[in-house]
Amino acid sequence: MLTRIQKEARPDSLLLNMGPSHPAMHGTIRIMLELDGERVLNSEVEIGYLHRGFEKICENRTYFNLLPYTDRLNYVSPLINNLGYAMTMEKMLGIDVPERAQFIRVILSELSRISDHLTCLAAMAMECGAFTVFLYTIKAREYCWDVIEYTTGARMTTSFIRIGGVRADLHPAYEESLKVAIDETRKVLKDIHGLLDKNKIFLMRTRDIAVMSQEEAIAYGWTGPALRSTGVFYDVRKAQPYSMYDRFDFEVPLGERGDNFDRYLVRMKEMEQSLRIIEQAARKIPPSSAPVVTGGMEPAQAIHDSRSKRVLGPIRLSPNLEGSEKAVYPGILSLDSRSVIPPKEETYTSMEGLISHFKFFMKEAGIRPPKGEVYFSVEGGNGELGYYIVSDGSDRPYRLHLRAPCLHILAALEYLIRGRYVADIIPTFGSMNIICGELER
Amino acid sequence: MEEKTFIEQLKERFGGKVKDALEISGETILIIEKEYLLSLMTALRDQPFEFNMLLDVTCVDYLGQEPRFEMVYHLFSLPRTRRLRIKVRLSPEDLTVESLTSLWKNANWLEREVYDMFGVQFSGHPDLRRLLTYEEFEGYPLRKEYPLRKRQPIIPMRK
Repeated sequence: MLTRIQKEARPDSLLLNMGPSHPAMHGTIRIMLELDGERVLNSEVEIGYLHRGFEKICENRTYFNLLPYTDRLNYVSPLINNLGYAMTMEKMLGIDVPERAQFIRVILSELSRISDHLTCLAAMAMECGAFTVFLYTIKAREYCWDVIEYTTGARMTTSFIRIGGVRADLHPAYEESLKVAIDETRKVLKDIHGLLDKNKIFLMRTRDIAVMSQEEAIAYGWTGPALRSTGVFYDVRKAQPYSMYDRFDFEVPLGERGDNFDRYLVRMKEMEQSLRIIEQAARKIPPSSAPVVTGGMEPAQAIHDSRSKRVLGPIRLSPNLEGSEKAVYPGILSLDSRSVIPPKEETYTSMEGLISHFKFFMKEAGIRPPKGEVYFSVEGGNGELGYYIVSDGSDRPYRLHLRAPCLHILAALEYLIRGRYVADIIPTFGSMNIICGELER
Repeated sequence: MEEKTFIEQLKERFGGKVKDALEISGETILIIEKEYLLSLMTALRDQPFEFNMLLDVTCVDYLGQEPRFEMVYHLFSLPRTRRLRIKVRLSPEDLTVESLTSLWKNANWLEREVYDMFGVQFSGHPDLRRLLTYEEFEGYPLRKEYPLRKRQPIIPMRK
């Protein structure tokens, strides 16, 4: 079967495949090019190599169980994906989230945003030949991920933000690691500015290349840093503040020309703003109300004792159940029994706790939002990340659709590279920050 | 208060074309007949409503209901920071709806995805092909009758 470009191509032009597996393409995307020498006459983008049927899978998982799948959408900033899903469900169920959990969410999702932008710039700069920048950004990203790893226990697939709150409280080492991460990221940002802003090689490959006008960007449905690089003021955090973003003082950086260099610069400035938000949140975060529990009874002993008498003292839970202690719940999770797993101590020691535990995970039970539909969006690394969930009143979504910001941005690639050189495709593609997991779901 | 007048404005402007206009938990929803889709979308995109961004296009398969499919469009107005959801019901006998590619450019890929996943035909679409799956793929994976575990490898699986 002939592709569109094969049918349309002029007889004297050269057809060339770029990708799906190409050293300069991060992610498997195929770009078919019609070339006249080095110039791109026409192109066709083919996607779908990483399509995993996310939406179909979600229709067959319970609301609680589908959370880990959202990690694998934009796998560089999984916490924002978690947040989008959790907040959509909270809107559907009408749940209020404790203040401390809101702060934890903001801190972690801004750290994710920084790591997302750093990854994008690392790949973009490296593909333009700036290998040093790649090493620096990856170094800073490691520091950001250290903070995330301490608290969530994972670097990428976190599943940390839960419906009604977060999984666990902040790790004791969080404050120190956050300080290091902020300092190191600031240093790295300064270094990158020094290495790239007036770098002739970088400027020649990015300045005035793949220019997007405001009208075109809106017509293509661009959001996020890519839209703001054209000078359009739209950030979900400002337009419709969710969580606690209306309480922080931050700016939304805008570009002027909408070219590759502006997309780079907007991302750089946005990271500085994210750092500002993190600093404010770290100052304002209310202290944990949970008492520090030391010692305590072994779970096996508690289960044994509970057969003959009511167990009252604290129970020492295994470290991988951190955050499921009853004492920490009020600070980090909503107490709404419709959406939150019953505390582990109750499950271990009382009949009622065990029943409610099973009732939560059992088929046709657990989280069951009312009939209806909800759309909610958060500002992801690439733009507006929206979830559209249709509920039929059962324990699994009738339909779950993700608005992926990448898809809209990549749809404009054919338009942006028309008439440019082959070498311009690389920084253009790099500046878009295409994450295939999110693009193809 | 303002939202209320917004719904009234919509009803006033599109009176006969709108089947129903609702507001549920802060979201405005318009339910319309499919023959008015393109004209209504054009009117919404321009003054005075200025819904200049097509955020999303998707479809829901209500198997067992009549009409079975429902197209869902999410619009966003940048100057007014307002969202609007538009829903159109389609029956499987006539699974065709007008394409919005003439109004918004990202409609091209979004409609290709819906065609790929649900088999909805878009009249006036310049290049209606599958987007995420491949051309030889049979069936429409997001329809409710498509089995979850069905595999259609393009290259035979290794034993």
